[in-house]
Amino acid sequence: MSVGVLQAFALIVRRELCLSFRRPDQLLQPLVFFLIVTTLFPLGLNLQLSLLRDMSPGVLWVAALLSSLLSLDSLFKSDADDGTLEQLALSGQDLAVIVVAKTCAHWLVSGAALVLVSPVVGTALGIPTDAFLTMMLSLALGTLTLSWLGAIGAGLTVGLKRGNVLLSLIVLPLAMPLLIFGAGATDRAISGTSAAGALYFLAALCVFTCTLAPFAATTALRITLE
Amino acid sequence: MNKAAEGLGVDQVHVWRGDRHVLKGVSLALRPRQLLHISGPNGTGKTTLLRVVCGLLRPEQGQVSWFGRPISSVRSQYQGALAYASHEPALKGDLTALENLRFAVGLKRRVTAEELRASLERTGVAGCADLPARVLSAGQRRRVALARILSMRASLWLLDEPFTNLDAAGMELTGKLLQSHVREGGAALVVAHHDLDVDVDMRRLDLGP
Repeated sequence: MSVGVLQAFALIVRRELCLSFRRPDQLLQPLVFFLIVTTLFPLGLNLQLSLLRDMSPGVLWVAALLSSLLSLDSLFKSDADDGTLEQLALSGQDLAVIVVAKTCAHWLVSGAALVLVSPVVGTALGIPTDAFLTMMLSLALGTLTLSWLGAIGAGLTVGLKRGNVLLSLIVLPLAMPLLIFGAGATDRAISGTSAAGALYFLAALCVFTCTLAPFAATTALRITLE
Repeated sequence: MNKAAEGLGVDQVHVWRGDRHVLKGVSLALRPRQLLHISGPNGTGKTTLLRVVCGLLRPEQGQVSWFGRPISSVRSQYQGALAYASHEPALKGDLTALENLRFAVGLKRRVTAEELRASLERTGVAGCADLPARVLSAGQRRRVALARILSMRASLWLLDEPFTNLDAAGMELTGKLLQSHVREGGAALVVAHHDLDVDVDMRRLDLGP
C-alpha cells in the first residue's frame, strides 16, 4: 500500500510538469528573455560577423545564466506560499526525494528548454553549425549544475518576502566557473579546436553538484521550514 | 511517558519565537478513539503546538512521541499515520480538485481516482472535482481539504481551525466525519474556537494565558 521512492519521485515530477504547463506564461518567460537578450546584443553593438562570433559564447552564456535564474525563485516558494510545501514535507516521503524531483522537473522546463532553443540563438549570433553540438552539450551540463546551485539558494531564501535578489547574490558567484568553462567550450568549438577539456571540467562540476547539492538543498529547506 | 505509549504523547514542550515564550511546558496524551479539542485566545500558540506535534517545528525543550518513541526516530512511519490540515486549505490553484488530491494523497498511499471522487462526494464537492481549485469558493476549498484528510486514511488527524469558511451544513458534516473517524479507532487533535458537537471521548486543552 505504501508508496515507493521511485513512484513518489515520478508523481512529484508529474505534478511539477503539470503545474508548469498550466502556466504557459511563466514557462515561456525565461525562454523569451533568453531570445530577446541575445538578439539585443548584435543590434546594439552593430558588429561585424567575425567580432560577433568572438563575443557570442560570452553573450550566450550570460543570457542563459540570467534566464535560468528568473524561474529559480519560484522553485519552492510557490509551494511554500499556498501551504502545499508543508503537505509535501509531511507526506511521509523523504524531503530529499521531494527536493530532487522538484529540481529535476525545474531543469526539464527551464534548462532543457533553453538547450532546445539555443540553436536559434546560435544562428542569430553567427555561431557555425558545426559548433552547435558542443554548445548544446555545454549548456545542458551548465544549466543542470545551475539548477542544483539554485535549489540550494531557493531553499535558503524560501522564507523571505523578496528573496530573489538574495538568491541571485548567492547563486551567481557560484556560477562563475560554469560561465568560464561553458563559454570556453563554446569558444573552442567555434574556432574549430577541441573543446574536450572544458567539457570534461563542466561535466565534473555537474557530477559534483548533482551529488552534493541535494543534501545541501534539503538541509536548507528543512531549516527554513521550521 | 508511559501513559503515552499507546498513541501520541507530548511531553513538557517549550517553544520560543524570538524572545517570546510561546509554549510553556505543554504536555498532552492522545490515544486511539480519543479527541482532543485545543482552544484558547488568539496568539496563545495553538497553531504552533499543532506544528510541533506534526514535526514541522522542533521544540527547544521537550519531545513528541508516537507509541512511546520520539517522532524523529519513527519519522516516515509517523508521517504516514498522520493527516494535517493547516488553517489554509493548501491547494494548488492551477490544478483541479481531483489532481490536488491525487498528488497530495498519492505520496502517502496508492489511491485510485474513484476513491478520491468518493471522498469528494462525501464532503459534498463531487461537482468541483474537475474544476481548477482557484475558481472554488473558500468553503468549497475547505471541503476539498477535508476530502484530502479523508482519503489519506490516516489514524491521527491534526486539524487547525477546520470550521473556518464553512456553512452550517459544512460544519455539521465536519463534526460527523470527525466523530466517525474517532469511533472507528482514530485519534484527532482539533484546534477550534467554538465547541465541538461530537459524541466521543473528548478532552479539552485550554492554552489560555
